[in-house]
Amino acid sequence: MEFLTDIVLLTDSTLRIAAPLILAALAGLCAERAGIVDIGLEGKMLGAAFAAASAAAITASAWAGLAAGILFSVALALLHGYVSINQRGNQIVSGMAINIMVAGLAPLLAIAWFSRGGQTPFLDSSMRFTEITLPFADVLQDVPFLGAIYSDLISGHNLLTYVAFAAVPVVAWVLYKTRFGLRLRAVGENPEAVDTAGISVTLLRYQAMIIAGILCGISGSALSTALGAGFIRDMSAGKGFLALAAMIFGKWKPVPTLLACLLFAFVDALQGRLQGVSLPLIGEIPVQFTIMLPYVLTVIILAGFVGKMEAPKASGIPYEKDR
Amino acid sequence: MKFSFFRMLAFAALVILPASFASAQNFRPVLLYDIGGKFDKSFNEAAFRGAEQFARETGIEFRDFEPNSETQYEQALKRFARRRADLIVAVGVGYSVAVRNVAEQFPNVKFTVIDAVIDLPNVQSVTFKENEGSFLVGMIAGLASESGKIGFIGGMDIPLIRRFQVGYEQGANYVRGDLEFIENYVGTTPSAWNDPIKAAEMAKSQYARGVDIIFSAAGPSGLGVINAAKDNGALAIGVDSNQNHVQPGFVLTSMLKRVDLAVQQAMLSAHGGTWAPGHQVLGLPEGGVDYAMDEHNAALISEEMRTQIEAARAKIVSGEIVVADVDGGNDGH
Repeated sequence: MEFLTDIVLLTDSTLRIAAPLILAALAGLCAERAGIVDIGLEGKMLGAAFAAASAAAITASAWAGLAAGILFSVALALLHGYVSINQRGNQIVSGMAINIMVAGLAPLLAIAWFSRGGQTPFLDSSMRFTEITLPFADVLQDVPFLGAIYSDLISGHNLLTYVAFAAVPVVAWVLYKTRFGLRLRAVGENPEAVDTAGISVTLLRYQAMIIAGILCGISGSALSTALGAGFIRDMSAGKGFLALAAMIFGKWKPVPTLLACLLFAFVDALQGRLQGVSLPLIGEIPVQFTIMLPYVLTVIILAGFVGKMEAPKASGIPYEKDR
Repeated sequence: MKFSFFRMLAFAALVILPASFASAQNFRPVLLYDIGGKFDKSFNEAAFRGAEQFARETGIEFRDFEPNSETQYEQALKRFARRRADLIVAVGVGYSVAVRNVAEQFPNVKFTVIDAVIDLPNVQSVTFKENEGSFLVGMIAGLASESGKIGFIGGMDIPLIRRFQVGYEQGANYVRGDLEFIENYVGTTPSAWNDPIKAAEMAKSQYARGVDIIFSAAGPSGLGVINAAKDNGALAIGVDSNQNHVQPGFVLTSMLKRVDLAVQQAMLSAHGGTWAPGHQVLGLPEGGVDYAMDEHNAALISEEMRTQIEAARAKIVSGEIVVADVDGGNDGH
């Protein structure tokens, strides 16, 4: 029985940890499928987290926070787009610049506005996306097994976690079943062909950046207004890079990316659970070792199990019309 | 050309000299914060309040500086040392290397470093017995726990934080023999101090496993623990400053580290001429550590509990109870 509870708790924790990763990984996926390498996910997430927490604190509304987070993230995405589409700059450098800029700018603005050492005020429950209990969750609680899964696992997450999981089929549908998605994928593989067909490469890539900005904005807002309650400097703590790794591990496809995010989140949840636990034969595992687990797993998976990586062919290459 | 240059120099001397003569008669203390900013609701803010208290008592202005990165520690120390500050108070274990370097170069300037130990003739080191304060909050957790399971969440896994954990567990075991502990560390790098999401996730996991009180010694990450306590209708214990007000009713108490007292005493003693180098340890007898009581947690801690805690405090002060410690608690990292 304790084993079952542990599994439910671990899975529950996995879903929560995975949500911001999934959104950010999908953002990276949309950008890269259109031919723009987006290493600035981390910065956009952090920026959105800051904007969302600030707006939510000032207006006392989580929705205003979400809107501000998305706006700020889209603005950063457009900046990245301007550098890499119009100016044909190096996309890695531009992405890193966004990461570093936000890491400094967000605490600076927070100090200037709130005088709290780079933090925003603590958000009340009414200014956050709190946990939602799905209908019938209380009634079905007592149904064996399925009741536990529905009431404990599926119900009781915040809205943005549901949005994250809903975003996967939506992105997959847009990419593979719509005309826009076909063009988006084409512009990342062969922009010359798209241009020859009379479709604007620039416009498509900007549209992709805006989608990436929106998804990343939701991801960042989830950090500060749903999972957390306020902005703290560097609170994204490498999640943007982890999302990037998950996207590559997922071979630039929505569903495998989702699975990769879930795997990373599961290992992260597991390492927290394993701390201080004595295993038979081995004894207590040192904290340093359990904390290392997610990264060791990343290296092993990327080095051995993924197989051939097929990045979008035009990814990272600025499109020049007259070449 | 040359003439105008000298004229400028003379003019500059005219402006600067009287100013430096005037301030040479005055005592000039400087306070350097750790990264995180002056108003971090925790460590730095406590240091600021201590210096402010000194300024209020003596009417002497102090200067301060907020570094944005580790690289600024040494620059800032050198800059103030060169301007002949009388006392430079540096707050935080991160300063240990920088203060050692600069104090060797400026043997005539007095340095007080808090949370680190440096053995130089012009450096005063102040550290705290966090384990003694943690013992008291551990007792409170042990007395208040209904489930018999209590938790600990540390920030970065370093000996300084292990010291909190050791005292906490000893204190809890002192009042109750059948307690179960669950502990977590957020990480092993400095980013562990700024990851409230991960800390909250660990707290949620602990609460779900039956823990009803968590003591977090994790800097800003601890805010995630306090928030998780509120979301789960459980209790958290704050650290460094009084954090009872962060989520009133969900913070059982806070383990206070009286950085304000240390800063104020260093400045007062330097001003009064009684400042002495060496290593000072502030524990329970000196009032350097304590637990927080205010209107926010008055309903959570009964009079009976307080009697027991105060009895234990007296025993620690008299040496009857020895609180365990870990090695290397204040070494640089």
